[in-house]
Amino acid sequence: MSKITTEDVEYVAGLAQLILDDDSKERLVHEMGDILNYMDALNELDTEDIEPMMHVLDLANVYREDEVKKSLSKEDVFKNAPKSEGDYFLVPRILDNTES
Amino acid sequence: MEYEVVIGMEIHVEIDTKSKVFCGCKNEFHAPANSHVCPVCLGMPGALPVMNREMVNKSVAVGLALNCEISRWSKMDRKNYFYPDQSKNYQISQFDLPLCHDGSCEFEVNGEINKIGITRAHLEEDTARNDHTQGIGESGIDFNRCGVSLLEIVTEPDLRSAEQTYAFLNHLKQTLLYLGVSDCNMEEGSLRAEPNISVRPVGQKEFGIKSEVKNVASFSGVQKAIEYEFKRQVKALKKGETLIQETRGWDADQGITVPQRTKESAHDYRYFPEPDLIPIAVDEAWEQEIRESLPELPLARKHRTTEQYSLSDYDAGVLTASREMADYFEACVAAGAPAKLATNWITGDLQALISDAKADITNIKITPEQLAAMIGLIEDGTISGKIAKDILPDMFESGKEPKVIVEENGLVQISDLSELEGIIREILTQHPGPVEDFRSGKMQAKGFLVGQSMKATKGKANPKVVNQILDQLLNEE
Repeated sequence: MSKITTEDVEYVAGLAQLILDDDSKERLVHEMGDILNYMDALNELDTEDIEPMMHVLDLANVYREDEVKKSLSKEDVFKNAPKSEGDYFLVPRILDNTES
Repeated sequence: MEYEVVIGMEIHVEIDTKSKVFCGCKNEFHAPANSHVCPVCLGMPGALPVMNREMVNKSVAVGLALNCEISRWSKMDRKNYFYPDQSKNYQISQFDLPLCHDGSCEFEVNGEINKIGITRAHLEEDTARNDHTQGIGESGIDFNRCGVSLLEIVTEPDLRSAEQTYAFLNHLKQTLLYLGVSDCNMEEGSLRAEPNISVRPVGQKEFGIKSEVKNVASFSGVQKAIEYEFKRQVKALKKGETLIQETRGWDADQGITVPQRTKESAHDYRYFPEPDLIPIAVDEAWEQEIRESLPELPLARKHRTTEQYSLSDYDAGVLTASREMADYFEACVAAGAPAKLATNWITGDLQALISDAKADITNIKITPEQLAAMIGLIEDGTISGKIAKDILPDMFESGKEPKVIVEENGLVQISDLSELEGIIREILTQHPGPVEDFRSGKMQAKGFLVGQSMKATKGKANPKVVNQILDQLLNEE
């Protein structure tokens, strides 16, 4: 019995804005369940005296000074934009109020 | 049943750094759309954000001013969601290790000290601005604001009224302005306040179900939104309805809140550590350095101003409303002006001139020393208070020394007894009616004669001396 249900897969797919067909959902129920099982295996290790890793790099306090640098030219700004007009990027009209 | 309202605040402050938080693009509000953008703030794949040191410094300053603990180890996280106010599909923020946490803030409500808990203050990047005035079916995006240094301050649900919340927000804004970390311009969105509001029966310990109100553009809007939500929630509970946790939008035109989204449909942000940014470790020495650079904060300065200059609580409050006005006042007193007189001139005539000119006390032509000199001229009897009121606008316009203006316009007060006596004798001859009235017991007739004397000398007569002479002449003949 997988730890993951079809509903879980659909929920996560929804968050990632993915539309999955039934075969993919079925496959992901197993794959994601296997990942969780593997986590369980890891959880069996005794980590009592091990500091949790906060970051992949063993560094702290890397900063830039507060200096203004040149921004992109207008031409470059819109080079990769599927659609733009005047000074703006254009996207399909935002209808709902889900701004964070 | 009696209900009480419970309020906590989420406040976003744009921190005044010259460049953005993770890139060197200029932080400027008034600029053509998308003119201050680069691969980092546009969210291009492979671009590498690097933390702005000044953002950390200023955020720690805010944290210390709010009596927070500063984390010795802090990191950035990704908050994942899809919305075209950023292009990476995540906002860089802080999740479980905010830079500042567990603080508190004291503020005054009608002269009483109130206290609120500060849950946390964490670093993040601001998001892009959407423009819905583009063509039909499309929205425009301006990334100039995307990546601007943003500090989110979250309070404990310690507030119990709209009025108290209003006082807290004003105090917080005043503190941020004293610290010089943000211009707090609400019209430009530099300061954004969102209340979390719930109600509960008086005496009940558990909190009720809260709503979070967004799109509030002013502190008075926050106050109105709280008043509205309190009524709405109490009404629903009294009807036996069950409230749901939801986000509501403030409609300022109608003065109501409308549902935006419920918790069920709200985003699950799936925070995880931002691998591109290096942890922030503010040690004791760094914290101490920032602590020592903090200015005297509003409440302390008000208290000291009251004590040191023997001023009323009210006067001290007006003078210390801004750090700049308090500095001006203290410079004026240091230049020799008596504190109470300096207060009256600064908060009265000078403030009126500043307001009319839509100026700022930091860039006016009258220096505190000149104002002190003008007050000195009144004190030593060179000019009357009336003349001082007349020359102040001139000083404001020209920046000239008060003494020069007085001399140029021949405004030195006439205190010479014989000179004034001659003028007043003539006035008495010209106005036999009022003289008769006075002598027959109508004391108010004297006021008219004083007025005539001042008029005849174009306001230059010393009013004290005029009164003395009038008393003498009216009684002797």
